[in-house]
Amino acid sequence: MAINSIWVFAQGTGGVPTTGTLELLTKARSLTSNVTAFVGGDGASLAAALGEYGATKVYATGDLGGKLPGPAVSAAMKAVIDGGDSPSVIFFPQNYEGRDIVARLSVKLDRTVLTNNIDLADSADGVVATTPIFGGNTLVTTAFTGSGPHLVTFRPKSFAAESAGGAAAQVVAASVPDTGAAGAAKVLSVHVEESSGPKLDEADVVVSGGRGLGESGKYGLVEDLAKLLKGAPGASRAIVDAGWVPYSYQVGQTGKVVKPNVYIAAGISGATQHMVGMKGSKNIIAINKDKEAPIFGVADLGIVGDVHKVLPQLIDLLKSRG
Amino acid sequence: MNIVVCVKQIPDPATPGALDGSTNALKREGKLILDESDGYGVEMALQLAAANGGGDVSIVSMAPNGEVSGMRTALAMGAAKGVLVSDPSLAGSDALTTAKVLAAAIKKMGSADLIIAATESSDGYTGTVPEQLAEVMGLPSVTFAKKVEITGSTLKADRQTESGYDEVECPLPAVISVTAGVVEPRYPSFKGIMAAKSKPIDTVTAGDLGVTATGWAGAGQKVVQVAQAEARKAGEIVEDDGNAFNKIVAYLENLKVI
Repeated sequence: MAINSIWVFAQGTGGVPTTGTLELLTKARSLTSNVTAFVGGDGASLAAALGEYGATKVYATGDLGGKLPGPAVSAAMKAVIDGGDSPSVIFFPQNYEGRDIVARLSVKLDRTVLTNNIDLADSADGVVATTPIFGGNTLVTTAFTGSGPHLVTFRPKSFAAESAGGAAAQVVAASVPDTGAAGAAKVLSVHVEESSGPKLDEADVVVSGGRGLGESGKYGLVEDLAKLLKGAPGASRAIVDAGWVPYSYQVGQTGKVVKPNVYIAAGISGATQHMVGMKGSKNIIAINKDKEAPIFGVADLGIVGDVHKVLPQLIDLLKSRG
Repeated sequence: MNIVVCVKQIPDPATPGALDGSTNALKREGKLILDESDGYGVEMALQLAAANGGGDVSIVSMAPNGEVSGMRTALAMGAAKGVLVSDPSLAGSDALTTAKVLAAAIKKMGSADLIIAATESSDGYTGTVPEQLAEVMGLPSVTFAKKVEITGSTLKADRQTESGYDEVECPLPAVISVTAGVVEPRYPSFKGIMAAKSKPIDTVTAGDLGVTATGWAGAGQKVVQVAQAEARKAGEIVEDDGNAFNKIVAYLENLKVI
């Protein structure tokens, strides 16, 4: 089946689309010239930027008024599809809102969802999506067998965002129908956990700590080193689960996917869960006591040693150099 | 307060995963264990039930081969009973079919005030089943819930977001998915393990539940290729002799990071 049109679930704030949205638009326009962005919120403020990256039309629900995006946006999408505009494929980012909306929509349309993908193609087998499994060692390509719209989610940073120099997209209202009991959850308040320094998934250098640090008080070493390298501190799931640092620090399958120039893993053994989130880094430095740790399998420079010795030495030297 | 926890029994993550050569599905032979992520849901269910006047915590699971050892772990923690949907026709089911099967099983179990699941399984990690389940059942949902409280028939939860968290209010009945680390799952006591052996697990088929088009036939997807990813080139591994930090400094200088 050929791809005739693609929708991209688009996110953004203050007139600025997220990087993930721009990545998906860039990929979508390489497959078809008929690319539409679908916004759960205000579309007018994003129309110029979404158009620049390849969207010719923007469906927008307008303010959701505290409704969760899952039921609301999926219902709005279903209404447009029922109205006759049915895309071949709908792209979603693999994140909180993307997952909720695609899941609800899959039930409404009775279509399967392929998640965690890093690529999509229009091939002799039909529309095929590629997902890495076993920590990225194996790539599985899966074809959609039924009819569209095909629902697919992509991991962050699967594609590089590039401007197409397009004109502002035309905004079309896509109102949210009554979602009944399914839409009864309401957002009471929004809390932003501010962190200083560069964002984890945008930083040029990421320093992450794991269980090998021994105790939560030692995480300061990771933060100090990250600061000296003008980078962001990250964490393995083990120490997030243990409550040493907030969830927003987590690098991995269920956390953030990072692809910095330099990734330093301190006291992290390299569970599949973690590797999925950092294997794409350009340069990887690992410090771990256990020389059999899987993290050394992906490290460009591996130090078999004690993080409690190596990190303070490194920090002291960098401090002395100013 | 009746709470149902959806649990998955998975191959032990400590052993390397493999795909079946003929179906390209994850191999699930041998003993399956309770997905570690599900321990948080079971614990939260036990705590919420206790804090809201008691009531039953039940578990529901779907597995192709009659496996119950992972469910026994949840029963040993304190859940009262379980329903296992086991049917050879379920092999190869996608997330949507899984959600339909679980929804039918939960309906058959009676009226649930709250349904709890993990955010995603540790083997397939599709991550859509809880929200699909909510949609199939026509219920509201709060996914990625970190902190959960119930007052009367209203649930309040902190829901994880990209930039922090949202405080969300939701009427019951509802579906929630809980992140790891929300509560500390209890270790089953010896008494609990012994008691779990005689707790009821009702085994039903997809047909019993009236769900059709399961397994490969219902999946709407087909694996067409499995390939090895390009491996990273092996790097330099050095034992720290007290000066290894200089290696790191030289490496960073070479990249002009410092």
